[in-house]
Amino acid sequence: MASISLRNVVKRYGHGPKANQVIHGVNAEIADGEFIVIVGPSGCGKSTLLRMVAGLEEISGGEIAIGARVVNQLEPAERDIAMVFQNYALYPHMSVFDNMAYGLKIAKVPVAEIKQRVDKAAGILELGHLLQRKPRELSGGQRQRVAMGRAIVRQPQVFLFDEPLSNLDAKLRSQTRLEIQKLHRELGITSLFVTHDQVEAMTLAQRMIVMNAGVMEQFGTPEEMYHRPASTFVASFIGSPSMNLLKHAPGTREGVITGIRPEHLDVRSEGWAVTVETTELLGAERLIYGRLGQGAGQEQLIVRIEEGAQVPAPGSVIHVAPREDRIHHFDATTGKRL
Amino acid sequence: MVERNPALNVLAHLVMIIGVLIVAFPIYLAFVASTHTAPEIMQAPMPLWPGHNFWASYEAALRGSGRISATPPVARMMWVSLVVTMIITVGKISISLLSAFAVVYFRFPLRNLCFWLIFITLMLPVEVRIGPTYQVVADLGMINTYAGMSVPLIASATATFLFRQFFLTVPDELVEAARIDGAGPMRFFKDILVPLSATSIAALFVIQFIYGWNQYLWPLIAATSEDMYPVVVGIKQMIGAGESPVDWNVVMATAVLAMLPPAVVVVLMQKWFVKGLVDTEK
Repeated sequence: MASISLRNVVKRYGHGPKANQVIHGVNAEIADGEFIVIVGPSGCGKSTLLRMVAGLEEISGGEIAIGARVVNQLEPAERDIAMVFQNYALYPHMSVFDNMAYGLKIAKVPVAEIKQRVDKAAGILELGHLLQRKPRELSGGQRQRVAMGRAIVRQPQVFLFDEPLSNLDAKLRSQTRLEIQKLHRELGITSLFVTHDQVEAMTLAQRMIVMNAGVMEQFGTPEEMYHRPASTFVASFIGSPSMNLLKHAPGTREGVITGIRPEHLDVRSEGWAVTVETTELLGAERLIYGRLGQGAGQEQLIVRIEEGAQVPAPGSVIHVAPREDRIHHFDATTGKRL
Repeated sequence: MVERNPALNVLAHLVMIIGVLIVAFPIYLAFVASTHTAPEIMQAPMPLWPGHNFWASYEAALRGSGRISATPPVARMMWVSLVVTMIITVGKISISLLSAFAVVYFRFPLRNLCFWLIFITLMLPVEVRIGPTYQVVADLGMINTYAGMSVPLIASATATFLFRQFFLTVPDELVEAARIDGAGPMRFFKDILVPLSATSIAALFVIQFIYGWNQYLWPLIAATSEDMYPVVVGIKQMIGAGESPVDWNVVMATAVLAMLPPAVVVVLMQKWFVKGLVDTEK
């Protein structure tokens, strides 16, 4: 087990003035045994960052260290990591056992120990009865577990997950999420987990990194992300439905964006006047989509109410009051938190 | 056909049966001829049913003891054919696998040029470059050797191209997983790429075996001594030239024998062959 340090990590494709820089200096210190989720929209560089830690992409600038070792020049196999791929990348012609044992065989681990380690991992993942099958005879969830098993048997310092749940259906995904959490509790191995799904990020992460366009927007616990988003990007990306970002909120000066989450608006007899456009029932809660303000300054506002509360008719005007301690302010030009 | 029409069915079968007859009749005739004695064949009309000389004809062919003119033993020719064909087939497959591996998985200077050079050799079959090739083989003293008869035919753009196309469909993640597992390039090649290519290899084996077995022009000039004739060339030499009479039964027995190995290879590997060409399993 080991800590991971990212020091001013840069990724550039190509050389010279035409180079296309996709990661702009990421700094992060990840403690031993932490479960870190890297989240962001597609194309933000999160997978590239992970692949640089894995050694599958060259590091154009800065340093990555695993434990005390700077790994910039090391081959993936020498970095003492294991990776779970999005499409699992199982060797199609090998049995489940051979898939899991392959790395150990190359490392010349004695046969008896290979068997013992594979059996143990298979036990943890409930793959015992599938060891002689080929990957094509397995279901998606089983393949996913084999891919995790292949990572576990290596007993690495660091686990790297590259969107491992995105090929599973919704039910299996939440189930596997719990399994990954359990696994991390039992093994305590430092993990980096890449996903584009903020729910996955919030539920799995001890701390998370939000990336946008190759820049690390914020690095912190899910609570910090939710309560104190560092920028408008994080504010709108984390939480569902996303935060209302108002340029012309009542009582604020120009150049300040006011952020308020739909769940922190209460329907009252007075307050901000909102014209209701439509409502959406999500189960335990209902969302009201309305318009705030007049004329050119009109902005969309989402309000969350309890499922049992009175439903306003479209076209009617309701009054909402924000909870003062839940209001966020951002600079309109930089998007940073004020 | 979308409709099931009995008349169309009959017509379709009729066409197919005629097609089969056109293809099969010469082969049948060769077989019939090989079961008669030479004088019987020379009668007009030639008998159309198998005769009683089967064993004698084939024994004569294999041992090379034709009654009218002494022919070289076909057993020896078959052996030469088999060795040359196997060298060509195995050589072609191994070299193509390796060169496709290099072209697809390694970034080296002029990589694309290399690929296109290989590809361009498709335009230069043996027949075109036969003069210079003969010069090289002769200067190296390889006339009348197995190597001389097979090596010039080994380089194969077709097979390289086929393997390249297959390798391009192998997902990148597999390569990356192998890198993380610590497999070096050759280990990856041996443990993962070659097993995955098994069906393609089988399909190519069939194609190249037949190609190698049916080589005529090159062995004709690269083999000058009688004991290095492959069977395809041997048949031609048996027929001879000019006025000398021909043991047609022995010649036909040889022809039938020469047809057997490719047929056996096709029949045995048919399943793999089809799988390799359509290839759905990945």
